[in-house]
Amino acid sequence: MSQTGGGAAGATQPAEHWERPLPRPDNVSKPFWEAASRGELLIQRCPSGHRQFYPRAVCRVCGSDPEWERASGRGTVHTFTVIRQNHARPFRDELPYVVAMVELDEGVRMMGNITDCAIDQVRIGMPVEVHMVQAEPGVGVPFWRPVAGEGGES
Amino acid sequence: MPDRAPVIVGTGLSDYPQAPHLDGVQHHAQAMQRALADCGVPKDEIDGYLDAGGGGGMMIDDAVTMAEYLGIDHRYIDGTMTGGSSFEFHVQHAAAAIRQGLCDTVLITYGSDQLSRMGRGLGTGGLGRGVKRFGGPAQYEAPFGNSLVGSYAMAAQRHMHEFGTTSEQLAEIAVGVRELAGLNPDAMYRDPITVDDVVGSRLIADPLHKLDCCVISDGGGALVMTTAERARDLRQPPVYVLGAAGAQTHWNISQMPDFTDTAASRCGPVAFGQAGLTPADIDTIQFYDSFTITVLLLLEGLGFCGRGEGGAFVKEGHLRRSGDLPLNTDGGGLSSSHPGMRGIFLLIEAVRQLRGQAGAAQVPDCEVALACGSGGWLSCIGAVILGRDHPS
Repeated sequence: MSQTGGGAAGATQPAEHWERPLPRPDNVSKPFWEAASRGELLIQRCPSGHRQFYPRAVCRVCGSDPEWERASGRGTVHTFTVIRQNHARPFRDELPYVVAMVELDEGVRMMGNITDCAIDQVRIGMPVEVHMVQAEPGVGVPFWRPVAGEGGES
Repeated sequence: MPDRAPVIVGTGLSDYPQAPHLDGVQHHAQAMQRALADCGVPKDEIDGYLDAGGGGGMMIDDAVTMAEYLGIDHRYIDGTMTGGSSFEFHVQHAAAAIRQGLCDTVLITYGSDQLSRMGRGLGTGGLGRGVKRFGGPAQYEAPFGNSLVGSYAMAAQRHMHEFGTTSEQLAEIAVGVRELAGLNPDAMYRDPITVDDVVGSRLIADPLHKLDCCVISDGGGALVMTTAERARDLRQPPVYVLGAAGAQTHWNISQMPDFTDTAASRCGPVAFGQAGLTPADIDTIQFYDSFTITVLLLLEGLGFCGRGEGGAFVKEGHLRRSGDLPLNTDGGGLSSSHPGMRGIFLLIEAVRQLRGQAGAAQVPDCEVALACGSGGWLSCIGAVILGRDHPS
């Protein structure tokens, strides 16, 4: 995946060729995608302390108004799969690749791809960090790669 | 007092597994005709209608459209759509409506022409193949190329990690269902397979192999439900709804709170409580087998074995034709048919067993059957306990 390699954490790498599906940012999601395009990963936290992802107009636990919180961008692989068959472009040209649920240090989970790692080296519990790819102006997309030097526990 | 205990009196399957001569709406229609003929209820007696729609493609088959098309003058209508488990939820709702007198005789239909119209790429086509932009919750998944199989694979991977479940244990489920498919002349695949065949088949999304995945087919089904009172004058022996419950944990897979625990652990105890039964009382299970892992999670959630013990449990052979808890006696979604949303087939097969009409696949002295649907991505689980004898 040429568009997802390299780059220091916090910076947003421009995609050479973004052919994947894009989000359609709305009133709620726009700050998330815009922050990601600046290299920041946002989650939501309500006044009572409930954190959530994906972003919503309401706290899914207590119904209050959630606020944005900048996440550390670090987490672990909660579970994953290696996608070996997908007929949809452009993914069919990227097979095989890893889709994972990443559990952030803040406790919420998000779906993403594990990059910069051989597919047979991905493990549940593996520490990963975010790196952002600029999909289009105002839209950064988070990807995940192993934290250098940390093998993780399983 | 008339006996308003809710019963299933009529069932019908449309042509499957491949029916290029039918479109999705025609599957609804043909299944309805066969269900009415099965029980002898005249069509104009139907006063309740339940239909999830969702048969796929460009077809419009939602409840109001199909009520119009089929000519159902209902006084009770329900379009609950929970994915493949919709029909288990429908039975729950219809049973309550019949008990309450909101209607007397209910029709539930489903139909899909997805194999003939869309081919076999569905399970690995990812979210909304060809769509360029996604709003709503899908916008947080669509950029990453997950597939339908991948969603279930992540549950299987986590189960293996937490409990040491193996691919060979999952494969046992597919092998047992294939053995029963051999008894169904209409099943898509009937030749016996071994555990080695399953784990040796190509990986689609690790750790799920091709033979861990259900088939893709055409097909449809219909159920007629009414009161025990009315059933006395009908052609078939009634099958009693002893318990019916449903629950939801999430919809999109990335929101699944616990990848090894489904809503079965919430709705199962409710259904068993209504029936006054336990898993030990069940003679056959008709479970949604979209993937082998689906069956394993439902077994654990409903309490047939402890949490994390599903792998060892299936290896003991309970689910085989010769076991004490035969699974999917029509060959299931894994080998017979999977027309998009398979939950109605589970109920129809359970009825066939309880009537004693299952031929070579008949479970001896079958008194109580459990149909359990899983809809979405292990999201909405519906459990229905059906009995041969009046619950009173």
